[in-house]
Amino acid sequence: MLPLAPAIVLMLIFLAGPILYCVYAAFTNMALTGTGAANVQFVGLDNFRKAFGSSAFVNSIWLTLVFTLISAIIGQNTLGLGLALLMRRSTKLVRNFVGTAVIGAWVLPEVVAAYLLSAFLNDDGTLNVILNKIGLPGQDWLYAAPIIAVSIANIWRGTAFSMLVYSAALSEVPKEIEESAEMDGAAGVRRLWWVTLPMISRAMLTNLMLITLQTLSVFGLIYAMTRGGPGTKSQTLPLYMYEQAFSFSQIGYGTAIALVMLAIGAVFSLIYLRGLNSEAA
Amino acid sequence: MIARDRISKLSANLVLLGIGVLFVLPLLWVLFASINRTAGLRVELPSNPTLENFRAVLNTDTTYRPVLNGLVLCGGAALLTMVCAVLAAYPLSRFKSKFNRPFLLTVLFCTGLPITAVMVPVYGLFVQLNLVDTLGGTIMFMATASLPFAIWLCKTFMDGVPISLEEAAWVDGAGNMQALRRIVLPLMWPGIAVVLIFTFIGMWGNFFVPFMLLLSPERLPASVSIFTFFGQYGEPNYGQLAAYSLIYTTPVLVLYLLLSRKLGGAFALGGAIKG
Repeated sequence: MLPLAPAIVLMLIFLAGPILYCVYAAFTNMALTGTGAANVQFVGLDNFRKAFGSSAFVNSIWLTLVFTLISAIIGQNTLGLGLALLMRRSTKLVRNFVGTAVIGAWVLPEVVAAYLLSAFLNDDGTLNVILNKIGLPGQDWLYAAPIIAVSIANIWRGTAFSMLVYSAALSEVPKEIEESAEMDGAAGVRRLWWVTLPMISRAMLTNLMLITLQTLSVFGLIYAMTRGGPGTKSQTLPLYMYEQAFSFSQIGYGTAIALVMLAIGAVFSLIYLRGLNSEAA
Repeated sequence: MIARDRISKLSANLVLLGIGVLFVLPLLWVLFASINRTAGLRVELPSNPTLENFRAVLNTDTTYRPVLNGLVLCGGAALLTMVCAVLAAYPLSRFKSKFNRPFLLTVLFCTGLPITAVMVPVYGLFVQLNLVDTLGGTIMFMATASLPFAIWLCKTFMDGVPISLEEAAWVDGAGNMQALRRIVLPLMWPGIAVVLIFTFIGMWGNFFVPFMLLLSPERLPASVSIFTFFGQYGEPNYGQLAAYSLIYTTPVLVLYLLLSRKLGGAFALGGAIKG
C-alpha cells in the first residue's frame, strides 16, 4: 500500500483540505476586508439565507441550468452522438477531416477558444456574414443573447469528448446484431432507437454525467467572452462565486456558494457512480 | 438496396462535411488575422500578408517568459501527476485488498467534483499556508486536481497488462517496484503517454487555477498573460492577439499530432473512458 502514499497525501492536503475548509468558512462571515477580516465569527446559515434571498444568486442558478441544458445535455451530447453515428457511414477522408476539426477545437486552450468564438459571433463576425448571405438578419450575439453565445462556444469546444466516447462505444456494437435487426425490418430511426442506443446506454450515462459536471464548472470560457455580462446576463454560478469572493471580498459568502456547487457536483457524481455500479453488477 | 446504401452514405458524408466546415470557420479567423496587419473580427484573406504581428509579440515580456512559465508549471504538474498516478495504480490493479474498492470509488467520485468550486477555499488555504504566488504550490494543486482522473485511467490501462510476466519476475526474486519499472511500465507506455499528454493539454489550457493562485506578472503562464492584450486603451490589436494565440497553441498541437501518429490519438482515451 506504500505506493499509494504520495497520491493520498496530495489529495488529503489539496483536495480534502480545501473542501473541509469550505464547509467551515461557509458558516462564517470571513472577508478580505472589513469586520469579517479582523474578527471571523460563525454566522450559522446566514450566508445561505442571503444567497437564496438574492435575485443575483437565483439568476445565476437559472443561467447555469440553461447553459448546462443547451450546451452539454442537448448540444455536445446530441452532436457528439450524431457525429459518431455518421462517421460509421462516411468515407475515410471525410471522417478524418471532421475528426481533426472537432478534436482541434477541443485541444485549443480555453481562452483562445473564447477569443475565436467571440470573433465568430461578433456583430462583424463570420456567423452574421453567413446569416446575411442566406437572407437572415444578424445580430451581435454576445450582447443580444450572451447565454446562447457562450453555449455555442461550449458546444464548439466540448463536442469532441462526447464524439470520442460514443465512437469507442459504437465500435463495440457487433455488426451482426444491427444487420439482423435490419433483416427484421428495423431500419433507420427505429433501429437506432430500439437496437443501437440500448446497447450503448452505459456509455451514454457516463458521458452525460461527465459533460454535465464539466459544464457546471466552466469559468475561463465565459469569463474571457463576456465576463458574465452584459450586466449579469451570462453570469453563471462559478462567475457569481468569483465576483462575490474576490471582487467583493466576501470569502465566507463565496465559500457558501462554492459549497452549493460542490453539493450539486456531489449529487451528480453519486448518481453516476450508482449507475456504473448497477450496470456492472 | 445498394442504391439506398449509396444515398445514405452520400448524405452522411455531406452532413458531416457541413458540420466540419462549421467547426473550421472560427479557426480560419485566427490563421488569417495573424498575418494581417489591419485585422478585424471578420474572416478575410489579408491583401498583403505579413509576419509583422509575430515579430511584434515575439519578445520576452509578451511571449517567451509566459510560455516558459507555462512549460515549467504544466510540465512539472503533469509529471508529478503521472508519478503519483502510476504508483497508486499499481497496487490497485495488482493486489486484491478490501481497501481497493472504497478507494477507487472515492477517486471516481473526486473526478466528478467541480474544481472551479474548490478554488475559493483553495485560495483561503493558500493564504494560510503562505503558498499564494508560488510556482511550487500551484504545481502541487494542479497535479492534485488532475490526479483522480489520471489514477483511474492508469489503472484501466494497467489492467490490460497480463500479470503472468510479473509472477515470473517475482519468482526470480524481483521486488514490486522492480517489476513495475522493468516489466509493467515498458508494456504500458502507450497508455502512459496518452494520459500524460492529455493531462498536459488540459493544464496548458487551464485559465482559472493560475489566474487565482499566481499574482506576479513575471510568474504568469501564457493562459493568463493573454489578457494583457486587452489593456485599458480600447480595442486590442487583433492581429497580434491572433499571432500570440497561435504561438501559445503550438505546443499542444505538436503534442496532439505526436499522440495521433503514434497512439491512435484521442480515440484511445475515448476507449478508456467509456467504461
